[in-house]
Amino acid sequence: MSATKTEERQQTRPGPFGECPLPIFDHPQIVLGHGSGGKLSAELVEKVFVRRFHNPTLEKMDDQAQLQIAGARLAFTTDSFVVTPIFFPGGDIGTLAVNGTVNDLAVGGARPLYLAAAFILEEGLPAADLERVVDSMAQAAASAGVQFVTGDTKVVNRGKGDKLFITTSGIGLLDRPTQISADGARPGDKILLSGYLGDHGITILSQREGLEFDTILQSDCAALNGLVAAMLDEAEAAGNLAGIRSMRDPTRGGVATVLNEIADRSRTGILLRESEIPVRESVRGACEMLGLDPLYVANEGKLVAIVAPEIADRILAAMRSHPLGADSRLIGEVVESHPGLVLMKTSVGGTRVVDVLFGEQLPRIC
Amino acid sequence: MKYLDEYRNGDIAAKLVERIRRAQTNPWVIMEVCGGQTHSIVKNGIDHLLPKGIELVHGPGCPVCVTPLEMIDKAHAIARRPGVIFCSFGDMLRVPGSNGDLFTIKSNGGDVRVVYSPIDCLKLARGNPDKQIVFFAIGFETTAPANAMLAWQARQMGLTNVSLLVSHVLVPPAIEAILSSPENRVQAFLAPGHVCAVVGYREYEPLAARFHVPMVVTGFEPLDILEGVLMVVEQLESGRAEVENQYSRVLARGGNTPAQDIIAKVFEVSDRKWRGVGTIPQSGFKLRQEFRGFDAEQRFQVAAIDTQEPEICIAGQILQGIKKPHDCPAFGAQCTPLHPLGATMVSAEGACAAYYAYGRHLKDSDLITAEGLPS
Repeated sequence: MSATKTEERQQTRPGPFGECPLPIFDHPQIVLGHGSGGKLSAELVEKVFVRRFHNPTLEKMDDQAQLQIAGARLAFTTDSFVVTPIFFPGGDIGTLAVNGTVNDLAVGGARPLYLAAAFILEEGLPAADLERVVDSMAQAAASAGVQFVTGDTKVVNRGKGDKLFITTSGIGLLDRPTQISADGARPGDKILLSGYLGDHGITILSQREGLEFDTILQSDCAALNGLVAAMLDEAEAAGNLAGIRSMRDPTRGGVATVLNEIADRSRTGILLRESEIPVRESVRGACEMLGLDPLYVANEGKLVAIVAPEIADRILAAMRSHPLGADSRLIGEVVESHPGLVLMKTSVGGTRVVDVLFGEQLPRIC
Repeated sequence: MKYLDEYRNGDIAAKLVERIRRAQTNPWVIMEVCGGQTHSIVKNGIDHLLPKGIELVHGPGCPVCVTPLEMIDKAHAIARRPGVIFCSFGDMLRVPGSNGDLFTIKSNGGDVRVVYSPIDCLKLARGNPDKQIVFFAIGFETTAPANAMLAWQARQMGLTNVSLLVSHVLVPPAIEAILSSPENRVQAFLAPGHVCAVVGYREYEPLAARFHVPMVVTGFEPLDILEGVLMVVEQLESGRAEVENQYSRVLARGGNTPAQDIIAKVFEVSDRKWRGVGTIPQSGFKLRQEFRGFDAEQRFQVAAIDTQEPEICIAGQILQGIKKPHDCPAFGAQCTPLHPLGATMVSAEGACAAYYAYGRHLKDSDLITAEGLPS
């Protein structure tokens, strides 16, 4: 978020009445792009939230807060789910709400334990739909090994919500001496990706817009704590737990966005190889037709890991032997040059910058 | 979709680049007409692969970019009305008018929807008989058949709550305007593959002959573009000026006859204003007399809106290949995709936005390091 910070410094020069205590958020109202995961989202978080809530834990800006409480290291996170349609191939809003929060804990190296769920229900929602979603949540929680231990329900008037919104919060135990954070990448580290990109985003888009493609796509929605545990076990066995530097699950904004965050927070450069990035033919075809870039499309069951070069092969092998990491690849390296930037060697041999999007990725006209 | 990797093969690309290098003895300036080609060139770094003597300049074929500001203001005036569902292709939503963009109108309560096909408007019209469905019918010859089909089917179905805000433009008059300009630097063209897939390339033949410039109808994948450049360079070096077809797997000389028929039934050629360029005679489409009932400009009485373009933006010169994005002092500084000053920064196909998105606002020294990446 360094670009945002630079802009801010320029905008907060002392005025005639002394220094302005808050940065200027120069949007008169919220637009959809503020929820895109791109530059607009970062600006919203930085200028509206972080400046007001500021504390060292929040300012780490990881997917989860890592807390030291009475001798225990805990990870804590929360996430809201507003997906439309609420049911889609490969999952529903309930499985997303469980797995999303489990994954935010897991990619910090934590063992997810307990979840809370808050439901906002729209008047008129069929009870059968709610039960189906909650059944999915119970199943997803059981398979991820977590328990729902508290919750809340509100009902809003018809038209004041979109069927149902779910917020889940989670607590996990950091029971290994991990040091996983977005600022942990070092030159020479390898970048591992756990499988095919864009399945979730394109599945949702094709459902929402009634687009029909040859193959039936499924969301990749899955809990990644088992995969992460296998990776941490392998790093421990290699005697180099600290060799797992950063991990992220590339949800909205995609792999491009999380790698830019890591490059920015670590002040290192990142180099990717396009030919190594796995994208299914159906997802690539859909992206081509719609003018979207799979690097920016959401995933719900993938992770990107930055690992020390000494253990990269072992970690990659461990990922591949886990069912959720069977298609894992080494997709690039962390480098000393161009700090804060993600570059990619294209398949045809050119070079491009993979920047953060400013707002929503928009389908092109033709 | 199959056969994508085949057109992005690094080994074949290297061979084509080598053939271009061997064929080229003089410096040449080549314009790729279509924004989709510009996007592909910058995204894949194709311009960096070419020998130094070959300069690619970016043409006017970005439909969002050339849609005049006054037309955007008309669209916004209609979209703000209660009772209107305003439908548009996605990348039109962020284009700023004199007062905000369609996203802002949406966040203020306007009903703005992204459609993937104009025909989606028919379903909306039947499902919302109490609403007026307005489609922003922009683009070149490529989008014209589907846009025409919307008007045609709306009439067949007797729908009275559908209309089109038409801002259609044509490629050959723009090429003619570029070649006639005293500032012109362009010596050859990669002609737009998808436009020619609809209308064919007969119309380009008299232009190539009259101005003695080679034109190669070219596709959009990296190998298409490299092959198109090779064909153009071979013509330039041998002094030929013909229209050739690189994209023969998609199109033939005559184009797509049923698509041309529906265009001819619904639209007629008219003068059109181009953003940054001004009015070019006989350079666009308007609805034929029998379809005027579907004209949103008349239905919503916005024809009188006339907005002047801001003077700082050099988008007009960029669209004509006279200047490049980095020639603009505002590029990457005051003008970014977050705060675009002109249309070429807004659409993903606009040259400025493509340069920005793929890091062309950065110093070359930052980019060279990628060459060191082990393959």
